[in-house]
Amino acid sequence: MIPAAFTYLRAHTSDEAFAHLQQYGAEARVLAGGQSLIPAMRFRLARPAVLVDINASSDLNVLRVNGNALAVGAIARDSDIERAPWITDRRWSLIRDVSRVVADPVVRQMGTVVGSLCHNDPAGDWTAASLAARAEVTVRGKDGARDVKIDDFLVDSFTTAVGEGEMALGVHFPVADDRTAGAYQKVERKVGDFATAAAAVQLSLNADGTIREAGVALSAAGPCAVRVDEAEQMLRGQRPSAELIRAAGDAASRRSAPQADLRGSVEYKKNLAGVLVVRALRQALSRLGVQA
Amino acid sequence: MKVNVTVNGVAYEREVEARTLLAYFLREECGLTGTHVGCDTSSCGCCVVVLDSDKAVKSCSMFAAQADGHQVLTVEGLANGGTLHPLQQAFWDQHGLQCGYCTPGMLLTSIILLKHNPNPSESDIREGLAGNLCRCTGYQNIVKAVQQAAGTLGVQV
Repeated sequence: MIPAAFTYLRAHTSDEAFAHLQQYGAEARVLAGGQSLIPAMRFRLARPAVLVDINASSDLNVLRVNGNALAVGAIARDSDIERAPWITDRRWSLIRDVSRVVADPVVRQMGTVVGSLCHNDPAGDWTAASLAARAEVTVRGKDGARDVKIDDFLVDSFTTAVGEGEMALGVHFPVADDRTAGAYQKVERKVGDFATAAAAVQLSLNADGTIREAGVALSAAGPCAVRVDEAEQMLRGQRPSAELIRAAGDAASRRSAPQADLRGSVEYKKNLAGVLVVRALRQALSRLGVQA
Repeated sequence: MKVNVTVNGVAYEREVEARTLLAYFLREECGLTGTHVGCDTSSCGCCVVVLDSDKAVKSCSMFAAQADGHQVLTVEGLANGGTLHPLQQAFWDQHGLQCGYCTPGMLLTSIILLKHNPNPSESDIREGLAGNLCRCTGYQNIVKAVQQAAGTLGVQV
């Protein structure tokens, strides 16, 4: 249970961290909250030769609404989000829901949003939420920083668009208008376990009560979090109804491609994905004052 | 590599391997065995310590190198001479422990819980301690102890 030996480098700025990563390439890993990486190193599932600790890189300690996006820097903790005073505004309800159910309350004091995205666990929480909220990740590479749509960022299980020698600086969640709310529904056997299934949704309404924009995504439903395009398309432009919500849930069940394990069979998990999308849509609508 | 960690107000400068976890640094380098190691994989919360008076962290999932230049509070730093910390006293009064293995983690997690939420409801306490496992008490008396500390005495780090 002791990690393989490595060289520890503390970066005081993101520039310094980036320089280390450029120098060591594939041998190096970024250490942010470490709540997935350190256990993985202890199990020797990860054996980086160099760890670049970014916890002292204060330029990455960002959590603020900046123009039309909520900027979350690479060392903003889950608990920072949970405690942010503006988080109770309903337009952030999806992000707030997630910040309260990632892992457990102690892990959330170290764990970071960006670290979770970079880890890209099939059962991660922030991955599905970022899909539903249409986030973008800022990745710094040799040619400077670029914004990567979350759909392109999440490549495969434990694999992202962050290349060798590159680093994720932060994630940006678009600021939605006031007629927007979301919800995150997760079923887990116990606090801290991987999700059996989870659903993230975000809805924006038009003034006439029809749905202007919909984000629907699942976690623990395949190699990495997935967007349920079919559900999003069927919701857009429609007036919320029980029938519409059920149809979106059915689409989520069809899209879900989970693996059977101790948490349940494929059939059960597919069904659960649909149930959780229905619950999340109802909750988001209820936050918008709509019963359906 | 050389690390310098201030634990309970005392500076410990030690030469350690980078892969030394904070829990083992505290137990084996500082001789402070009050920090217990349970699951060793960040699930049980036995090894929780307070970092920089602000965060409860699982010391099995943090390297000692990360704590270099920082302040750590362990269970040994709670009592003031022969006087128990109000939270320790509350665990005593409410029988918040049986075997005692989870207790240091429960205490240090609770200190930060109360720091950020000085008037927690029962469900706030239960949710706040959801990352700490106890296999003896059934949690009831642990929750009561935290309620006593919050309601009667307040807690300061």
